Amino acid sequence: MATKLNIKDKYRLLTRDLDWDFDYQDRKEAFPQEDFEGIKITDWSKWEDPFRLTMDAYWKYQAEKEKKLYAIFDAFSQNNGHVNVTDARYVNAIKLFLTGVSPLEYQAHQGFAAVGRQFSGVGARVACQMQSLDELRHVQTQVHAMSHYNKFFDGFHEFPHMHDRVWYLSVPKSFFDDARSAGPFEFMIAIGFSFEYVLTNLLFVPFMSGAAYNGDMATVTFGFSAQSDEARHMTLGLEVIKFLLEQHEDNLPIVQKWINKWLWRGYRVLALVAMMMDYMLPNKVMSWKEAWEVYFEDAAGSLFKDLARYGIVMPDYVETIAKEKEHLSHQAWWIFYNFTHASAFHTWIPSAKELDWLSEKYPSTFDQYYRPRFELAAEMEKAGERFYCSGLPQLCQVCQIPMGFTEMDNPTLISYRDSVYKDDRYHFCSDGCKTIFDDEPEKYVHSWLPVQQIFQGNCGGADVETVLKDYYRINMGADNMEYAGSPDDLRWKAWKGVA
Amino acid sequence: MPVHAMTPDYHGDVKDARENYHGNIMVFIGWDHHLLFCASKAIPLPPDMTFGQLIEQVMPDAFGQHPEFKKINWETANWLLDGQAFSPDLSKGLEEQGVGHKSLIRFATPELMGYANAGI
Repeated sequence: MATKLNIKDKYRLLTRDLDWDFDYQDRKEAFPQEDFEGIKITDWSKWEDPFRLTMDAYWKYQAEKEKKLYAIFDAFSQNNGHVNVTDARYVNAIKLFLTGVSPLEYQAHQGFAAVGRQFSGVGARVACQMQSLDELRHVQTQVHAMSHYNKFFDGFHEFPHMHDRVWYLSVPKSFFDDARSAGPFEFMIAIGFSFEYVLTNLLFVPFMSGAAYNGDMATVTFGFSAQSDEARHMTLGLEVIKFLLEQHEDNLPIVQKWINKWLWRGYRVLALVAMMMDYMLPNKVMSWKEAWEVYFEDAAGSLFKDLARYGIVMPDYVETIAKEKEHLSHQAWWIFYNFTHASAFHTWIPSAKELDWLSEKYPSTFDQYYRPRFELAAEMEKAGERFYCSGLPQLCQVCQIPMGFTEMDNPTLISYRDSVYKDDRYHFCSDGCKTIFDDEPEKYVHSWLPVQQIFQGNCGGADVETVLKDYYRINMGADNMEYAGSPDDLRWKAWKGVA
Repeated sequence: MPVHAMTPDYHGDVKDARENYHGNIMVFIGWDHHLLFCASKAIPLPPDMTFGQLIEQVMPDAFGQHPEFKKINWETANWLLDGQAFSPDLSKGLEEQGVGHKSLIRFATPELMGYANAGI
């Protein structure tokens, strides 16, 4: 009978020992993506495994979590958990999650699998492969949690199809496409560090606490089930950055540039979270502004102090973001209020109580700049002309968000930036997006911008309605348009027995 | 370096090249300080359309939803073309007076401050 391995030996055999020497092939050819970004690795053996986990322990641990998770999903479903949420308006937040965020888990799964092949250091390879499996599990559990809602609410039914095509979903999709089409080290700084370490709390905490505050136990539970995985992902993100900075001093300017870029890219995607927090949750957790202060300014502030010993400085545009925290969520929600007819979730004018909450949370901006927008919208709605913006908006070439963000020193004026590259003009919402373009124009000239694609005739129809119905597969009059009077609203009222 | 790629001399295909617009040019038009419209409009237009036609035929569809639209005095409007002050010639074609593919035309209406004078 074979002797049982002790834990230390088992760990060595199942991680570092998975590597082998290349005696008749050039190692460089086996890992062809490792050099072109300019990152210098002198000694992969200095890589410290961010978590000590072997595959067999991983399976066992994850299986336990799955068992508990699916028991709760079953109970949620059998007890008609969906009728216990605060209000059917809440469900729009998780429509946004399923169409906008869950497919990113899948993209992360693919991305980590790809870079997990490309590093010649075995420690990094194993860690990336494990994260890849986690991400696949996350997308699966999220889809399973949401499938219950899909039976009772509109807007969930075509989430992967929509993710690839719908205009606002091109914002998170292109963010990940950008990271995945970069080299393996940039991917790790983009996703492993900037997204999973620096910004993750601004994505998951708002959605999960939003769910908890609004009676959505299914979402809370998959959030909890992912938490220990996320903790591992954060340690990987931190290990990557420390490793790169310790390996060679020439890595510093490259890493700093990526941090600058990916903080801005990630922050722009978080505009969707900001509006979710301030506008879509009937029971609000905290404002976007407060979340940014707690999870970025306080938490990341100390992180960057810690990284200062390597020469890393606070990313560019953090001051701009600090100014924008007074405006971001309002401007983002307004874009969706304008184009609700083209969206697979509903929007609405905040109630009087909610407007007062916004005034209280944003005392220096809301009443002056944003409350009047809703007053005009309410007047139009009262006159039977609920405002749906005609035509299609101008998009930013980099973040792909409609150019609805304003100058911070002149908040009623759109912020316009542009660059001319090889005789063509490109437009950006911000200095952050312009800088990213100017650094790699050949990458962003082929951004797939949804508005431009519609006008070029590549989205299956000449008129917007055909595009929405056939190309996006929006169930017209059910998935889209104003919340009040929508089928979701009417069903909810019928279940609750209110007129 | 215009891109950091594995392939030497990598070039992206220009997705929004003019030739992809079936004879039109793509123009962006925005009304400053009128944020009922969350963003400027993207509109494909024939390059030989005159500026007068633009005002008469395109502007009402693009901006007519605003309660102040009917009060616009086009004679006193200020124009910016790609960030530069611009005096449109109503009788000339767009391209003839410098409006290019993916140009941004902005106009401001000094006597109209938007809904509730709040730039909306």
